[in-house]
Amino acid sequence: MTHAIEVRNVYREFQQRSAAGRVRSAVHAVDGVTFSLAAGNVLGIVGESGCGKSTLARLILGLLPPSSGEALVDGRSLAHMDRRERARLIQPVFQDPFASLNPRQRVRDIVGLPLASQGDLTKRQQTDRIMEMLARVGISTEMADRFPGQLSGGQRQRVAIARALVLHPRIVVCDEPTSALDVSVQAQILNLLSDLRRELGLTYLFISHNLAVVEHIATEVAVMYLGRFVEHAPTQDLFRRPMHPYTQALLASVLTPEPALGIPDVGLGDAYPDPTDIPLGCRFHPRCPKALSECRTLVPDNIRKDGRLVECLLAAST
Amino acid sequence: MKTADDTQPLWRRRRLPAFGRLATLLGASIVVTAFVVAIFAPYLTPYDPFAQDLNLRLVPPVWMESSHAAHLLGTDQIGRDYLSRLIYGTRISLLIGVLTVITSGLIGVTIGIVGGFYGGRVDALVMFLITCRLSIPLILVALTVVALVGSSLTVVILTLGLLLWERFAVVARTTTMQVRNLDYIAAAQAAGASRAHVLVREVLPNIASHLVVVATLEMALAILLEAALSFLGLGVPQPLPSWGLMIAEAKEYMFFSPWVIVTPGVALFILVLGINLLGDGLRDMLRTDLRHRGW
Amino acid sequence: MAPVLSIANLRVSFPRMEAVRGVSLTLRGGETHCLVGESGCGKSISALSVMNLLPRSAVRSADHIRFHEHDLLAMSERQMAWLRGDKIAMIFQEPMTSLNPAYTIGSQMAEVLERHRRASRRQALDRAAELLARVGITAPGMRLAQYPHQLSGGLRQRMMIATALMCDPEVLIADEPTTALDVTVQSQVLRLLRKLQQEMGLALLLITHDFGIVARMAEHVSVMYAGEVVESGPVEQIIKAPTHPYTRGLLNCIPVPGMTKPGEPLGSIPGGVPHIGRGFLGCGFRERCPMAARECAEPVHLHDAGEDHFYRCRLPPDWKLDASP
Repeated sequence: MTHAIEVRNVYREFQQRSAAGRVRSAVHAVDGVTFSLAAGNVLGIVGESGCGKSTLARLILGLLPPSSGEALVDGRSLAHMDRRERARLIQPVFQDPFASLNPRQRVRDIVGLPLASQGDLTKRQQTDRIMEMLARVGISTEMADRFPGQLSGGQRQRVAIARALVLHPRIVVCDEPTSALDVSVQAQILNLLSDLRRELGLTYLFISHNLAVVEHIATEVAVMYLGRFVEHAPTQDLFRRPMHPYTQALLASVLTPEPALGIPDVGLGDAYPDPTDIPLGCRFHPRCPKALSECRTLVPDNIRKDGRLVECLLAAST
Repeated sequence: MKTADDTQPLWRRRRLPAFGRLATLLGASIVVTAFVVAIFAPYLTPYDPFAQDLNLRLVPPVWMESSHAAHLLGTDQIGRDYLSRLIYGTRISLLIGVLTVITSGLIGVTIGIVGGFYGGRVDALVMFLITCRLSIPLILVALTVVALVGSSLTVVILTLGLLLWERFAVVARTTTMQVRNLDYIAAAQAAGASRAHVLVREVLPNIASHLVVVATLEMALAILLEAALSFLGLGVPQPLPSWGLMIAEAKEYMFFSPWVIVTPGVALFILVLGINLLGDGLRDMLRTDLRHRGW
Repeated sequence: MAPVLSIANLRVSFPRMEAVRGVSLTLRGGETHCLVGESGCGKSISALSVMNLLPRSAVRSADHIRFHEHDLLAMSERQMAWLRGDKIAMIFQEPMTSLNPAYTIGSQMAEVLERHRRASRRQALDRAAELLARVGITAPGMRLAQYPHQLSGGLRQRMMIATALMCDPEVLIADEPTTALDVTVQSQVLRLLRKLQQEMGLALLLITHDFGIVARMAEHVSVMYAGEVVESGPVEQIIKAPTHPYTRGLLNCIPVPGMTKPGEPLGSIPGGVPHIGRGFLGCGFRERCPMAARECAEPVHLHDAGEDHFYRCRLPPDWKLDASP
C-alpha cells in the first residue's frame, strides 16, 4: 500500500526570549510525531487547545519549518519542494472562514489564486476551472464576483474548500473546518467534504477537538497530548476500546443528546497541561486517574498492537 | 453579531458624533476646494502672479480703505496681485504635500511591511532604522541639506520625502503584524503564491486604510515644514509664490501692512486644518472598520 | 410553584433587524431551562434584555418581564443595577472579556459584595475565599491575590461562577459558559453548575447552541430560531419526539458516536438563517423547511402537543416527511 503522506519524527520548539535575547523557556509544541497515512484515508487528529495540533498542521503544510524531522508526500520531502509543487500536492482548509478569506478580494480571485500562482494556464482556462470548482462546492456563479463579507459562514467555508481543491491536490489538511460553524451548516460542510473525498480520491488530515465529528468522518484517529500522539488507532477500534486513559477521558466527555445520562465525571485532575513545562515520566501522569508510581519516572514506550499505537505503561501490561 | 451599520457605505455610517461628522465634512470640503483651486489656477487667477506693478505696491484688500477693486486681496511690496499669488501658492503647497507623501510613503510602507511581516532580525533592523530616523533633528537636517545642495522645489520635496517616512513605517509595521497571522495569509502561502504577491496583494490592501490616515497627517506636516523652510529662505526659491515665502517676504512690512502676512498665514492655517480634520475623521471611521469577525 | 422569572411576549428590534419576536418563557426555582439555537437566533439578546444590558440601538418591549412579582420593565436603571449581580447574576462565554485585567481576583470578587451588601473588605474577601473553595478551586487564599491572566480558562470560568454567586442570587443566567473551554474542562464546569444549582436552589437559564449540553443539563428547553421560540417543553419530550421541522432537522445534523453511521451523510438543513427585517411575517424557517406551504407565510400560532410541550408550526404533532409533494 502506498502512503500518501508520511511524517517522520517531527519536532517543533518555540523559544521565548527575555528582553536581553537569552532563551528563557522553550515551548515544545510538537514533540516527536510520527505517522503515515494511506491514500484515500482520513486521519482525525484530536486534542485539547494547546496540544500542538494546529502547529502540526502548519508544519505539514510547510508554513513553518520543523526543528527536526520531515514530512514526505510520495516519498519526497515537502521542505525541499518548490512552493508551486507543494501547492499541487497539499492544501489547507482553516477553521475560521472569516479569517481565512482575504476581505479585499473577490471570490473568483480567492479561488483562482492557486491556479494563478502556478502560472501555466490562460485566464480563460483558469476561469473555467474556478467556475467548475465553485459549482462543485455549491456556490452559484453570481457569487463569484462577491466579496467574502457578503457571504454567510457556510458559504465562506465552501469557498475556502473550493480554493483548496482547485489544483486537485492529493492531501487536504482541514484544521477545525467546522468548529466556527453552526450545527446545521457543519453537517452540510461535513457531507460536502465526504462527497469530495470519494469523488476526487482525496486524503484528509482532519484536525478537530470535536470527537463526534471526527468519529463521523475519519477512518483512523490520533489523540494528541502535549505535542505527542498518545494513541493512534482505526476509528472503530479507538471508539469501541480506548486504551489510553486520556482517550478514555476525552470519549467520556462527549455530550451526546441523550437526556438522563447527566454530566459525566471525566476524572481528570485540575493540573492544566503546560507545553513549556512538560512533566517528567509520562506527560499525562499529573492528570491521569489511573497513574501508577512508575508513571512519574518512566517514559512510556510506543506500544504497537493490532495496528494501533498507545503510549501508556498500563497498556503494556494488558 | 453583525450590526446593520456594517453594510452601509463608509460615509453613511453613523459612527461619528454630529460634531465629528461636521468637522470631517468641513475638512473634506477644504481639501477638495484646495485641489480644485490648484488644478485650475490659471483660469481662476485675475493676474499673472509674477507680474509686477510698481505703481500699485502694498494695496490693501477690498474691505479696507484706499483699496483697488481690481485687486481683491491687494498687492505685495512689488505690486504683484496677492490673490493670484495665493492661488498659485496652493499649487506649491499641494505639490509638495502630495509628492512628499508619495516618496515617504513608498519608503516607509516598504520598510514597515517587510519588518512587520518577516519579524526576527529583519524587524530588529527596521526598528533600528526607525529609531535612528526619530533621533534626527528634522528641521536642522533639512536646513543643512538645502544649504549645501541649494534650494529648489525638487530638493525640498526629496529632503522632506526622505525624512518623513517614519510614521508610515511604524503604522505599516504594526498593522502588518496584526494581519500576518491571519489565516488568509497562510492560505495564500499554501496556495503557492510568491512573496511579492503575499505582501502586495494580501497584506497591503488590508492595511491600506490605516496608511491613508497617516498620509493625511504627513501631508499636513510636509506643507507646514515647507512653509517653515521657505520662511527661513531655504525652501522654495523666489519668485515662486509659496505661502511660506510670501510670509517671509512680508515680514518687513507687517507693521504697516499687516494683511501681507495675515493672508498667507490664514491660508496655510485653513489648508492644514482641513487636512487634519479630514485625517481625524477618516481615522475615526476606520477605527471601527476593523472587520467584525463574529456573528 | 410560582415562577421566579417570567417573560411574556418579549420583542427586541435593531434599526435594520428584528432580533427577538415574541419570546415567552418561565423559569422556576431549582430548575434549569435551556435556551438553545444557532448563532443569530436571538437567544443571547433575549437574556441581555432581561438584564436590561442591550446595546443602545436596541428597542425592547414586552407584555411583562417579572422577577417574582416585580416588573423589571417598570424599574429605573438604579433599581436594575441593584438587582443585577444581586438577585439575578449572569456569566458569559469568555470570562477574560468580563474581567478587568488590572485588578486582582480578590478585589473583583469582593467589590460585588461591597457594592450590594455594604460589606467590609474583610467580610467580602472571606466570602470570596469560601466560594472559590466551593467551586473547586484549591488554595483559594492564593488565588485571590492573583490576576485574571494567571488562571487557565477553566479556572477563570469557575471564578466567574463564584463571583456570580457572591450575593446568593436566585437566578443565574449563563450565556454559553463552556463554549470557550476544552471538552474535558467543559464537563467539569457543567458538573459544578449542576451541583451548585441543586445545593442553592438556583433557577438556571442556560444559553447554548449544543444539544448535548441541553440534553444533559436541562429539565425544560426552548428551541429558538430566527427570533422566535419554535418549540418548548420538557427535555426528554423534545429530544425523543421533536415536532417542529427545525428541531427535527437540527437533531438529525448532530453526529453521535455509535449512532450515526460513518460514511453515511448526516442529515442537514439546506440554506442558512434568513435576515429578519421589519414587517417579516410568518414562520422564519419556511425557506429551509421540507414541509413549507403557502400558509407558512402567515403568522403561526403556538400549538399544544400536551404535557407542557408547545410548538409553533401548522403541522400536526405526528407529521411525517412525505416524499410526494
